[in-house]
Amino acid sequence: MSVKIKSPDEKTALPADTDSSLTDPVFAMVGNPNCGKSTIFNTLTGLKQKVANYPGVTVEKREGTCLSQHGKRLRLLDLPGAYSLNARSPDEAVVRDVLLGRRTDTPKPDLVIFVADASNLERNLYLATQVFELGIPSLLVLNMMDVAEDKQLRIDQEELSRRLGIPVILMQATSGKGMLELKSALSRKPAAAPRREPPLPAPVAAALEKTRAELTAAGVLDEQASLLEPLYLVSDHDPAHYGIEEFHLGRIAACRALLEKNHPAWENHLAAARYADIEKLLSGVLRRPARDESTLTDKLDSIFLHPVWGGACMAMIMLLLFYMIFSVAEGPMEWIDGAMASAGNWIGSQMGPGDLRDLVVSGIIPGVSGIAKFLPQILILFFFIGMMEDTGYMARVAFIMDKFMGRVGLNGRSFVPFFSSYACAVPGIMATRTIASPKDRLITILITPLASCSARLPVYLLMIAAMFPAGKVPSLQKALIMLGMYALGTGGAFAFAWLFNRSMAKEKSSLMVLEMPSYKRPALRHVAHYMLERAKIFLVRAGTVILGLSILLWAAQTYPKPSTPEPENPAAKAAYNTEHLANSMAGRAGHWIEPLIKPLGFDWKIGIGLISSFTAREVFVSTMSIIYAVESKGDENLEPLTKQIADDKWPDGRPIFTPLVCISLMVFYVFAMQCLSTVAVVKRETNGWKWPLFQIAYMTGTAYLASLAVYQIGSLLGF
Amino acid sequence: MAPTTFLSDLSVGMSGVIADLPPDSDAHTRLRELGFVPGTPVRLVRRAPMGDPIEVAVRGSRLAMRKGEAGKIKLVPG
Repeated sequence: MSVKIKSPDEKTALPADTDSSLTDPVFAMVGNPNCGKSTIFNTLTGLKQKVANYPGVTVEKREGTCLSQHGKRLRLLDLPGAYSLNARSPDEAVVRDVLLGRRTDTPKPDLVIFVADASNLERNLYLATQVFELGIPSLLVLNMMDVAEDKQLRIDQEELSRRLGIPVILMQATSGKGMLELKSALSRKPAAAPRREPPLPAPVAAALEKTRAELTAAGVLDEQASLLEPLYLVSDHDPAHYGIEEFHLGRIAACRALLEKNHPAWENHLAAARYADIEKLLSGVLRRPARDESTLTDKLDSIFLHPVWGGACMAMIMLLLFYMIFSVAEGPMEWIDGAMASAGNWIGSQMGPGDLRDLVVSGIIPGVSGIAKFLPQILILFFFIGMMEDTGYMARVAFIMDKFMGRVGLNGRSFVPFFSSYACAVPGIMATRTIASPKDRLITILITPLASCSARLPVYLLMIAAMFPAGKVPSLQKALIMLGMYALGTGGAFAFAWLFNRSMAKEKSSLMVLEMPSYKRPALRHVAHYMLERAKIFLVRAGTVILGLSILLWAAQTYPKPSTPEPENPAAKAAYNTEHLANSMAGRAGHWIEPLIKPLGFDWKIGIGLISSFTAREVFVSTMSIIYAVESKGDENLEPLTKQIADDKWPDGRPIFTPLVCISLMVFYVFAMQCLSTVAVVKRETNGWKWPLFQIAYMTGTAYLASLAVYQIGSLLGF
Repeated sequence: MAPTTFLSDLSVGMSGVIADLPPDSDAHTRLRELGFVPGTPVRLVRRAPMGDPIEVAVRGSRLAMRKGEAGKIKLVPG
């Protein structure tokens, strides 16, 4: 699949009339993942930044502005982390295309701020030298000097600057050391571009000349393209070939095949030649201790990656994370609920009765409340993820869990997003941004809602209570049924991961390399920034979709309205509400789907519950309360509702909620995609409706078949 | 000729020098770009608690990779 990038994009293009922003110089920050680039970007731009997706791909575009020391406005672009301009992922393709000036939505930068991890200089210079050869004015920031000192590395800053021909700035971004030097360097007129020749052997260069001529003739390149542009186009290893137009792919592949034939393994020779150059560049500049000293990181890893203690530490941290999202978030979620309810009451009392008041009080306010309720969980999860990423612990979790996740074709990075989805899939899916491989990220997004989240609990509890109408539910049975539901969801998630991995594995084998960064003290400001940024993205991008869809569902449950006014008497009012819901569009839909769900053991009333709870699973309980005309008192007191449910009968006198139907319904909720918010977040994270619709189809299809199997086989066996 | 082993066979804490990588593997091209080029000393730092992946020290950095890929990287004693 390939996406055209030459299409203009209205969202990312800045309007021409705002403070001549188009003429402001554009500075791009480039570097490896884990080099601390984003911390520097956040410090420079503060809150003056915006995050969007590059058009057509789920790569985040982070852009901000800052003022030079002379008060001049600078546009700052934080490009995604990359290891090489031979792109292997859409992230790296974006870096390549921006630096080559091949994107219409992003200007070619006027200056590159290359951020390198000083404790890891050789590897970081691989991308750095590739970038410096492009002929864009550049400066080099050596970040994480504290870690380099801990490793007893000595770097001759002046000599490195002289050899590269560009300014070199020492930095410790977490404490702000070096930030002043960087700001003053950004305020000066950029020095001339570094003069570095790429290590291209003459025959390869000659072959690339031919390639360039051919690609120029085919319209892939323009006249002034340097030799490096064809080089990085033919060395594109991204399975999605992002950033290359589809009708150019064949031409590029042909050029690549010719190069391979005449110069076998030329890419391997280039990598070796570049490292030879880097060794020369660093000889006398970088001094290492005579032997590897045991660093703080080694000492910590001997605990955190210990065969026994490592697993125990991780289990404790994960339990704490789970406890925080599951229980601690509950308090703030109730406050939000309460505050929104009183706001609704107040607004309701200020407005005259009518459709508009109903829309505000029963449609919009519950919708907004439903969105805001996710914030505590999102903030808590991203606090943990931010801390784990910033300290370097996240890579250790991935290292420990990789083998386990690898069994179903995923990698260790998928563990934390999946695990946190047992509390709630919404933050879990947002956390899949930390998975580098696009395929693994997509599969994780697809299976994550199968983890039994907390919204399923009220449904499970109601059904378990209905199974034992005589009195108190025996706790052993209750625990076993719950355990069974969790196991079913988990098993389903892994089975589908395996299946999706097999059906998408036609691409070349993906490589799992995991950088194990040195541990460092977390920068709390950076973590706080990250939490707020994620919360804002959720509110703006997903919140609007959730609100729109929940108003639609509210309308389906409200219209058409009964012609008689609502009675005052509470008993009559409950009956009136039941009647109203049964006659609404959602109620009628419940009747329509009855033939479809009867084989699962469900009647039309359950049908209404299924339709209404597409907003969120727990809505099933409140819908049932309305249908059975029980005054709902929240999820805690299920007794009156349970009694009504247990007494309900089919027209022929058989009870509806037999234990088998209760199990069938629980199984349905294990698999079905009954959550608007998840749909909205998946849409945002996959950049379109294709995958959320696929997800609804496969999950709800599985739910239907599984329930059908449970009910039919159970009935045959005489339950 | 020095005896050749593979990166995945090193015992924890032992080192070797890279002799060769598969020439036509896409994954190994990226590993070369990350510093695994012939002539480079490498050390096996540890194995994950479940035995796979392994953590390798190369050019002052630490990278984890699966035994599948490491098993194709030929070493000579360093």
